[in-house]
Amino acid sequence: MIYARKLVKRFGTKTVLRGIDFHVERGEFVALLGSNGAGKTTFLRILASLSRPSLGEVRLAGYSLPHQAAQVRARLGFVSHQPLLYGDLSAEDNLRFYARMYGLRKPEARIAEVLDLTGLRVHRREPVRTFSRGMQQRLSLGRAILHDPDILLFDEPYTGLDQDAALMLDDLLAKISAQGRTIVMTSHDLARTESLATRFDILARGVISASARRGELGGNLLDFYKKALAG
Amino acid sequence: MEPRLKSGKTAPAQRPQPGFVQTLFAVVWKDLTAEMRSRELLSAMLVFALLVIFIFNFALELAPSVRSEVTAGVLWVTFTFAGTLGLNRSMAMEKDRGCLDGLLLAPVERSAIYFGKAVGNLTFILIMAAIILPLYALFYGINVFRPGLLLVILLGSVGYTAIGTLLATMAVQTRTRDVLLPILLFPITLPVLIASVKASSGFLEKAPDLSAILPWLNFLIAYDIIFIALAFMFFDYLVEE
Repeated sequence: MIYARKLVKRFGTKTVLRGIDFHVERGEFVALLGSNGAGKTTFLRILASLSRPSLGEVRLAGYSLPHQAAQVRARLGFVSHQPLLYGDLSAEDNLRFYARMYGLRKPEARIAEVLDLTGLRVHRREPVRTFSRGMQQRLSLGRAILHDPDILLFDEPYTGLDQDAALMLDDLLAKISAQGRTIVMTSHDLARTESLATRFDILARGVISASARRGELGGNLLDFYKKALAG
Repeated sequence: MEPRLKSGKTAPAQRPQPGFVQTLFAVVWKDLTAEMRSRELLSAMLVFALLVIFIFNFALELAPSVRSEVTAGVLWVTFTFAGTLGLNRSMAMEKDRGCLDGLLLAPVERSAIYFGKAVGNLTFILIMAAIILPLYALFYGINVFRPGLLLVILLGSVGYTAIGTLLATMAVQTRTRDVLLPILLFPITLPVLIASVKASSGFLEKAPDLSAILPWLNFLIAYDIIFIALAFMFFDYLVEE
């Protein structure tokens, strides 16, 4: 479902990604872990078609980037630590706008469905700027799944959430993952990702330095993470 | 059922993608709805425009004989300064919560996003002009409701918004966006401002000389076409990184 080969990204003279090979099967939930500045966000932005790689090949859902970017975007949902929502619009208006941008055929029914899933139906007419961080992140997730994407990319979705909001997001992510979507999530929170992901990749020194499936870890993600970072 | 390729592999099914016009109207609808809810952008533009009119009116204390010569310049200074406020605010709205990424993630032609933003900005400038012009006529004692002058305001505003939206997209991605936009915008829009002032002055005269005004109108039309074409070509590259 996601295929990246020899991916390199340079910013001026600084090389952030040094030849990443990354492959994700349909329905997998991959946690992409790494220290600050490892290049996780840069990598995710390339997969989301928001940034171009300096070198290398990227394919998502059978379409290559950047040439078939529109087809990739139609099958992709992206959640970052920023909500990507308009503060002056209500929750419903935000979803209505994105429904138009994705050319949804029956937007009102889908918007109602997403508001129910995210538990925001009662707040649908309120401006997003009045929402708590947790509510904004749930709506952001609703925005990302509005067009029923096959692939979901999460960039540090737990940033700034309190414990209650994080638990609600856990619950939502588990529901969405159970729908068979392919998910890649970057996070610093090992405990959270351990309970959600089916595979764990460590990004260090600009490459995927280690990868393991949940069953191979023996329940100790922290050890695996430390060893991978130590190289 | 997903279609099969010659190689025997299954090709991914096509997803619906909105057309150019549908995208453009979606962006315009979003900008107008957000403004109706907040009223931040238009009110800031209007207050600023009114202040400029007041200040010029009392500072210059123009004699009726020279008013028509100076009025056009004051009018375009008002539009330009207030317009810059609007352009900055309009793009800041996209950047503040990462909304620009949200727009760029949609499976749409990116030039349609640009045109949507530009049409939204143009609408705000024209609404401001519609409110300012009667007050302007009142203060300066000049009839500004002349079809020729209204055409110049439309053409000048189109050119100003076309290049302004493009430069605001660039400026908003920097830390010094509030300062950078006017620094970039004013030199580039200087030709359109000169042409607009000259054509407006011509139409404000008691007996407009069309042969003198026409070259400025043609210049405005050419400027509008060139900058709309440039924006169409470069917007995609500008928002990529």
